[in-house]
Amino acid sequence: MKPIRKQRLFLIILMLAGLGLAATFALKAFNENLMYFFSTSDVAAGKAPTNAVFRLGGMVVKGSVERPNADLLVRFKLSDFEKEVTVEYSGILPDLFREGQGIVAKGQLDSRGVFVAEEVLAKHDENYMPPEVAGSLKKPVAQP
Amino acid sequence: MSWIPAPVSRFFHRTSSPPYFYALADRFIPWLTVIFLVLLGAGLYGGLYLAPTDYQQGDSYRIIYIHVPAAWMSLFIYVLMAVMGGIALIWRMKLAEVMLISSAPIGAGFTFVALVTGSLWGKPMWGTWWVWDARLTSELILLFLYLGVISLYGAIEEKRAAARAVSILALVGVVNIPIIHYSVQWWNTLHQGPTVSKMDKPSIHVSMLVPLLLMAVAFKFYYLIAVLQAAKLELLKRETSSQWVKSLLEKQA
Repeated sequence: MKPIRKQRLFLIILMLAGLGLAATFALKAFNENLMYFFSTSDVAAGKAPTNAVFRLGGMVVKGSVERPNADLLVRFKLSDFEKEVTVEYSGILPDLFREGQGIVAKGQLDSRGVFVAEEVLAKHDENYMPPEVAGSLKKPVAQP
Repeated sequence: MSWIPAPVSRFFHRTSSPPYFYALADRFIPWLTVIFLVLLGAGLYGGLYLAPTDYQQGDSYRIIYIHVPAAWMSLFIYVLMAVMGGIALIWRMKLAEVMLISSAPIGAGFTFVALVTGSLWGKPMWGTWWVWDARLTSELILLFLYLGVISLYGAIEEKRAAARAVSILALVGVVNIPIIHYSVQWWNTLHQGPTVSKMDKPSIHVSMLVPLLLMAVAFKFYYLIAVLQAAKLELLKRETSSQWVKSLLEKQA
């Protein structure tokens, strides 16, 4: 390689390394802001803001969904398999909402420590399979 | 460059000469079109007809056969553009400049398709057209990078200087690519994690995966056809006054 080309290559590598470093520091600094939602453990640990709207993500705990009145109010528990947070939402839930499903809710904590949601989004997982396969995976193992 | 074997280096030197490249592109495009159509047909038939419905999303997941290949292409083309930018800056190779700038509108198109199909998929599944999570936002920035490359090139009159500026922009923007790819792992996002491109076994059933990969390869061929066409045009525009363009025009007249 001619010296001038070697020099240009070196400059480009230097530029990319610098940019990469700058981007890494910037993203590290804004790490909290880049999180789309808080986990239920964050809320339990007091990391989530009080008196402010934030998003909460987690799995809908199986058997926790209840409708206390005849209206649209629905109450359920969210979990990240460590801590649980009770959520209340009044409105139409997305089609994918079901027990065991990951969801992201937007709202704030009230004085009871209940998360009052104004919006509920479903977070589907990265698994794709035919219903038969999903069914056979869920089937309990036969007892001996 | 003694570490590159002579025949390889000779091939690159010859291919990078505009008239040779122009003729080569002409010869390849019909074949590429045939391969593209066959792959596209097989992929769409497999994806829309043969593949089973999803256990959670029913038939709605089938938009994956457009969305995911388009998103992959948006990243792939940008990386290619950065590589072309590097070659253009180091070796001042005209063809690399032409390929870079010809790729930009195609990449922008794929990014746009990925964003729109993602939005159409998001509404019924997530319950929203758009959220500002890390994956969606970084992909939108990628669209702006593509548009920036196109407009910067258009803004500078002298095309060799324009190509140099665009090469630097393409290289700078490449930091966004790993951010897009890893956004779903580094941060909590509404967008789900990777399905295919991970160390572990892909978490998609093989009957759904095969059409997806067919579509991905079909999109690559589409890109090749489109970029060769665009590069031919760009070469003609840049070298209007050169002898090979004149003789080409005479031949066609």
